[in-house]
Amino acid sequence: MFMVKYILRNAFRHKLRALLTITGVAIAILAFGLLRTLVGLWYLGVESSSSTRLVARNAISLVFSLPISYKERIRQIPGVTKVGAMNWFGGIYISEKNFFPNFAIEPQAFLDLYPEFLLSPEEQKGFLHDRQGAVVGRKLAAKQGWKLGDRVILKGTIFPGQWEFVIRGIYRGAQRSTDETQFFFNWDYLNETLRRTIARRADQAGIYIIGVSNPEKAAEVAVAIDTSFKNSLAETMTETEKAFQLSFVTMTEAIMIAIKIVSYVVIVIIMVVAANTMAMTARERISEYATLKTLGFQWYHIASAVFGESLFIATLGGIAGIMGTFPAAGVIEQELSQFFPSFQVTTTTILLQLSAAVLVGATASIFPTWRAATIRIADGLRRIG
Amino acid sequence: MTAHSDIVTIRNVTKSYRRGNQPVPVLEDISFAIQSGEFLALMGPSGSGKSTLLNLIAGIDKVDSGSITIGDCEITTLSETELARWRAVNVGFVFQFYNLIPVLTAYENVELPLLLTRLSRRERREHVETALEIVRLADRMDHRPSQLSGGQQQRVAIARAIVTDPAILVADEPTGDLDRVSAGEILSLMDHLVLDFHKTIIMVTHDPRAAEKAHVIRHLEKGLLTDG
Repeated sequence: MFMVKYILRNAFRHKLRALLTITGVAIAILAFGLLRTLVGLWYLGVESSSSTRLVARNAISLVFSLPISYKERIRQIPGVTKVGAMNWFGGIYISEKNFFPNFAIEPQAFLDLYPEFLLSPEEQKGFLHDRQGAVVGRKLAAKQGWKLGDRVILKGTIFPGQWEFVIRGIYRGAQRSTDETQFFFNWDYLNETLRRTIARRADQAGIYIIGVSNPEKAAEVAVAIDTSFKNSLAETMTETEKAFQLSFVTMTEAIMIAIKIVSYVVIVIIMVVAANTMAMTARERISEYATLKTLGFQWYHIASAVFGESLFIATLGGIAGIMGTFPAAGVIEQELSQFFPSFQVTTTTILLQLSAAVLVGATASIFPTWRAATIRIADGLRRIG
Repeated sequence: MTAHSDIVTIRNVTKSYRRGNQPVPVLEDISFAIQSGEFLALMGPSGSGKSTLLNLIAGIDKVDSGSITIGDCEITTLSETELARWRAVNVGFVFQFYNLIPVLTAYENVELPLLLTRLSRRERREHVETALEIVRLADRMDHRPSQLSGGQQQRVAIARAIVTDPAILVADEPTGDLDRVSAGEILSLMDHLVLDFHKTIIMVTHDPRAAEKAHVIRHLEKGLLTDG
């Protein structure tokens, strides 16, 4: 009981120093948490991808499209339940800074293949029956101030022109991690317009989203699809949605590794700063520790006082950092939703933050604890603190 | 312990420190005894070895050779852990700069040595209040050291030294940081502890006025006792 009281009072003996140390640890833990969340988000698309979906694209590159005639041939391959064409549209709403992902998709296939996008029956019906209909994520609608029935014009970049859409549905994500910042519209609207304007680009799908009946046979179905189009003018490369997403992540993996390293460096820096503070604190109190030893306290009493104080300050900073992570993540999600549609701090990240704080406290106290515990009484008493 | 039996017996004690590879002798073949209830002053110039001798008697430093017996215990044979336990029970310490813990109140400072005993909280309170009454600071028990004068802080330190009722008090320049009036009060208090509570006090001092209060004065010079 005495030791707890002694640790708590010592922790705030120099209020400014304690406050600065706690703030330093809190900022480091906050930064660590945000960086770890960012790394986690990078892989979110991969982790939330469905095991029942395959993606078929042109074997040469994603830049090249596939004939729409492939759709029926793919559908006939055993194990395939649904097929839908999809094109990255790349349209701009008013200005480039309003970036959000927008795709042309086949409405019925989209509704069947993506059960994680929740729409009311009325919205589904409206989307299916309107060529110019579009469904948008809840967050995107909220950010742009869109509501059902609103007319929205996107400026085409890949497909030139002014494209007018009517908002027929605002979807919610089935999970918290579901991206609610996307814009989907009817693929037929795109294709029919292209037939009239740039006929050579019509009847082409960027990719095919394919539903499979048995996830365990996904690899076999993918091979069957690719074999069907072997030696054709547009050979396919079919892979699971997870592998498809992973191919994008892999392109930026070096950046992710760098971010991971930075997150650890932040912790190491605060560890050094905290160790310096604790060393300074212990040095100032050497005479006090020698006095306690003189009175009969053992080395482990002294060690627990120094170790406990360091751990207490670091944990307090860690808790402050964790508490700050949630509002900070909320601000990031709100302000940078076009880049981070769902900036959610996970339980794993919180545990990592807490572990990092405890590690900082424990590591920072190693040298001061050893020094305080092993000081010779006669030497310690000569110091006037 | 009888009134005039030897409570401290020092036999052929030598002690040296190392400066680099060179041993620097501090105490050379010191032998003497201190009687129970004696108020002894150790005097000598700086570097004469008086604080080292006090530390050896109090069991906070180790002899190179020779032996020190306190009561029936030869402390020179004890391990560090055993010495710590022995000190907690048998020796009270008074330092020049009081060495109180700044974050604790006067009460909590005095209570410190009792935390290592098996006494209950109520028993500890009784001991602490008695000790503070002896040093006439019962009304200041909730004050922190920074809220007390130098003389009052030293009185708290004395209360802490006597709270476990040890046979011996060791004091290293107890008046060295005090003004004349406060120093006089502290010396009177120490005299009171010897006369009324039969404590044995070993005090290191430079101050001849402080030494006058002692019953016995021993002089050290260059590690040797100069008065037999």
